[in-house]
Formats: sequence, structure tokens, C-alpha cells
Amino acid sequence: MTIRGAAFIAGAYEHPRREIPDRSLAQIHAEVAAGALADAGLEFRDVDGYFCAGDAPGFGAISMADYLGLRLSHVDSTETGGSSYLVHVGHAAQAIAAGKCRVALVTLAGKPRTSPGEQRTSALPDAPEGNFELRYGITTPGAYALAARRHMYEFGTTGAQLAEIKVAASIHAQHNPNALLQQVVSVEEVLESPMVADPLHRLDCCVITDGGGALVVVHPDIARSLGRRSVKVLGHGEAPKHTDNGRIDLTHTGAVFSGPPAFAEAGVKPADIDYASIYDSFTITVLETIEDLGFCARGEGGRFVLDGALVAPDGRLPFNTDGGGLCNNHPSNRGGMTKVIEAVRQLRGEAHPAVQIRDCKLALAHGTGGSLGTRMGSATLILGQEDA
Amino acid sequence: MSLPIPPGRVSPDNREHFEGLQTGRLLLPRCDRCATVIWYPRHFCPACGSLEVSWFEATGRGTLHSFSIVRRGQGPYAEAGPYVLAYVELEEGPRLMTNLLLEPAGFDHLAIGQAVEMVIERADGVPPLLRFRRAT
Repeated sequence: MTIRGAAFIAGAYEHPRREIPDRSLAQIHAEVAAGALADAGLEFRDVDGYFCAGDAPGFGAISMADYLGLRLSHVDSTETGGSSYLVHVGHAAQAIAAGKCRVALVTLAGKPRTSPGEQRTSALPDAPEGNFELRYGITTPGAYALAARRHMYEFGTTGAQLAEIKVAASIHAQHNPNALLQQVVSVEEVLESPMVADPLHRLDCCVITDGGGALVVVHPDIARSLGRRSVKVLGHGEAPKHTDNGRIDLTHTGAVFSGPPAFAEAGVKPADIDYASIYDSFTITVLETIEDLGFCARGEGGRFVLDGALVAPDGRLPFNTDGGGLCNNHPSNRGGMTKVIEAVRQLRGEAHPAVQIRDCKLALAHGTGGSLGTRMGSATLILGQEDA
Repeated sequence: MSLPIPPGRVSPDNREHFEGLQTGRLLLPRCDRCATVIWYPRHFCPACGSLEVSWFEATGRGTLHSFSIVRRGQGPYAEAGPYVLAYVELEEGPRLMTNLLLEPAGFDHLAIGQAVEMVIERADGVPPLLRFRRAT
């Protein structure tokens, strides 16, 4: 069975705010759900499948079904960190193809910016690996820095090359009035920003924002019945990558496992992609992922990102045209939802005109949940225009 | 400056490992079926699926595989000042996360590939902690 064409994304909504101290987590889930359903032209009563991840409060999907008053025939609370929402789109397409539901709602919300104490974390003390990582003062930037340092050692990648990724994101973010950081930065400014965990500077790191987002994934018959232009789900891949019994390879991500099945299912290759949303928790996340998805050869990422390769609309691989997690939004410390949302905007022709890819037919969205320095859940989606 | 020795959990999965550290020895599990050296310590071989392992004494020597100088620690490390988070590749094969202690050398002497040796640090009421320093 393939999910190619089995489902369409009919609604997408990104919360416009980046600081939301005056809402509860459940409220933000509800606001983004309402936004995505309105975008699709559907109502809460139409929803029969619900998807959420570890950011959902309380009893997760069950608490949220209760809060939202949903009557469901399918629930899925798969948790793969920040990539969860790409996994959910793939699973929603599978469930729709199997007849388990027809209108699937996916939501994300979090408030790590204004309520960091309430933020849920995957660094759980009862994890079997906890004794062998947490006790050494592992931090999120520190773990990614281990990957960056090793990539530099093996391939000669430089801090200036990583900085080019942040520069490209900032060029896009200047057009996004909701972006947390809207100022264009230079390579020098990235390199002169304070070192957080060598070799990663402050501007190599994504933003920390409150916020959320939601998607509505529907059966093809429903997509056809709606007035709104929808986006076709063409392919999906998901895979964990872990420490491999103490033989961790820090120079690649789980995209080496999740990318190929997604491309195969969609029947396309990297050179066919018009726009890519690439998970950007840190600049190194983007660089390794570009290699892993086959946009360039292994070890060539540092050279690939030069000369405005990532800048829309004319770069070789325009990426993260909303400003990405590096500048726009990384709600709940989870960047996967906003990756899908910007890909939907591009395929509908609704990105900001300054960064809209002309006749964007084929887009990729990729999520990385967890850490390049230890273990991660990776997910790749290939999406197309409605008639793809 | 010395680094904190945060709490840990000794469990039936890793008891032999921590008991070894208490007596100054680095004990690692090796699979009884396929002979793979296992890390992190557990009673399971992720290479072949065997539930039977035996513990052997490793040399405690290795090389620096990757490192970062973390400038802003959290929790027990919040007041630690800059410290080195690292992966060390043991002579026996596994790469493990650890800290590299800087005495007597400083940050400027860090280099991937350099030889390192284990330092077992102890504190009352918590499991010992396996750290490393440049090999002498």
C-alpha cells in the first residue's frame, strides 16, 4: 500500500504570536485547531481523527479530545519530538487510506518562552541512558555542538559555512511580520555572537518561542468538496537514529533513513524539489540534513550552502522561507509543525511574495526530533500541488 | 575547578558497572553470543538481541572523538563555569559521552584524536562517575 495521493492537507495555521503568557496550553491547542479548520472550511464536528504529541497537556490526545469535544474514530499520539507532526501527517494519510478516519486534525502548542518551568522535556531521568548522559551536563546546544565539531573534523566544514544558513534564514525572516527575529544578519555577526557551546554561537541556535500550529489532513473526496486549494501528500518516511550501541556517527542524521522511502513513495528525486522546509534547531541540523537527503554529497554541505544557495526565490535549494526556527518560530521547542505549514504556503502560492517560489510544484518538509548528539526521530514528507 | 557529581540511578541493568567503578575498575558488558562490547551498560545486546552478557575489565584508555566547551550549564552545572562535554572512543570500541577534565592542560590543548585515560570520581551517596583526562 502507498499513501501517494491518499490524503490532502486542506488546512494549515500558525499561531501569530511568539509570547503567549495569557493562554493555557489547551487554549493554544484550541486556537490553532480552530484556525486550521477555518482555513480548510471545516468545523470541529467534522473531525474524526486527532493527532498530537508530547506537548499536549494531561492525558494527551484523550484530554484534548475531551477539551475540544471531538467525536473520534482514530487517535494517534506518536511522540518523536519536534518531528512528530510530520510523522502525524504520514500516519493520518495511512489512516485515511485504511478508512479509519476522513478528517484528521493535528495540533501543537507550547510556552517555553514565557513559562519555561511548564515546558515538557524528553530528557527524562528514568531513561535507561540517563545515567550515561545527563550526569555529564549534556545541554541541547552542547550535544549538537558535538555533531558540529565532528563534522568539521571529518569534512573541513567551517563556522562561516554554518553561519551562511542563519544568514539565509534571516533574509527570509525580514518579510515575515510575525517572526521573532526580523533583522538580516551577516556571517560576521553570527561568528561574533557569543559562543554557547563551541563551535556553535548564539546565532547558530534557533529561537525559543511560545506558540503553536495545526494541520487538517483529509480524504481526497473531502478535499475536492472544499473551496480551498489543498496540498497533496505524495510520500512519507520516518525513522529513529540512535547511538548504535556506542558506535554513534555524529556526522549524519536520521534523514538518511527517512528520506529514501519518502522520495520512493512520491516517485521523485532530490533534484525535483522546488522548495524545502528543513528542520533548523541549529545551523548544523540543516547542513547535515541537506547531505543526508541527497541534495549534495556527504561532506559537501559546507560548500553547498555558499553563494545564497538556500535563499528564495532563486537559490538552488530555497529553504525555510518563513525564517524557520532560526529566526521565525520554534513553538514548544518543536519545529516540525511550522516546517509543514510553510511548505503548504509555498505549494498554495501563499508565501510572502518576496520569497514565493514561482510555480512551486513539489516541496519537501523534514523534521528532526531529539538530538544530533545522541538519538533522534526523523521524518520526511514530500508534498505536491493539488493536481500533482 | 572540579565539576559536580550529580545523582544517578543504579539499576539491575547497570549494577555491575557501578560496582566496578567503586573498586576503580571499568567493567563493560560483552555479549555472550556475538561477543560485541556493549555501551551504555545493560543486560541486552543491541547487536544480536541476546539477553546474556558477561562483564569484563576495560583498559580505561581511548581517544577524544568529539568535544564542546559548554558555556552555559544547567541544573547541577549551572554554576560550573565552562566545561568540556565530550565523546571518548574506548580502545574496546564504544564511544561514550563524558567530561574531559582539563588539569593540567587548558581548553587550548583540546584536539580530536588525542589520547585520553579514565578518571573515576566519587562522592558520598551517589554512584561514581566516569570522566577522562589527557593521557599522561
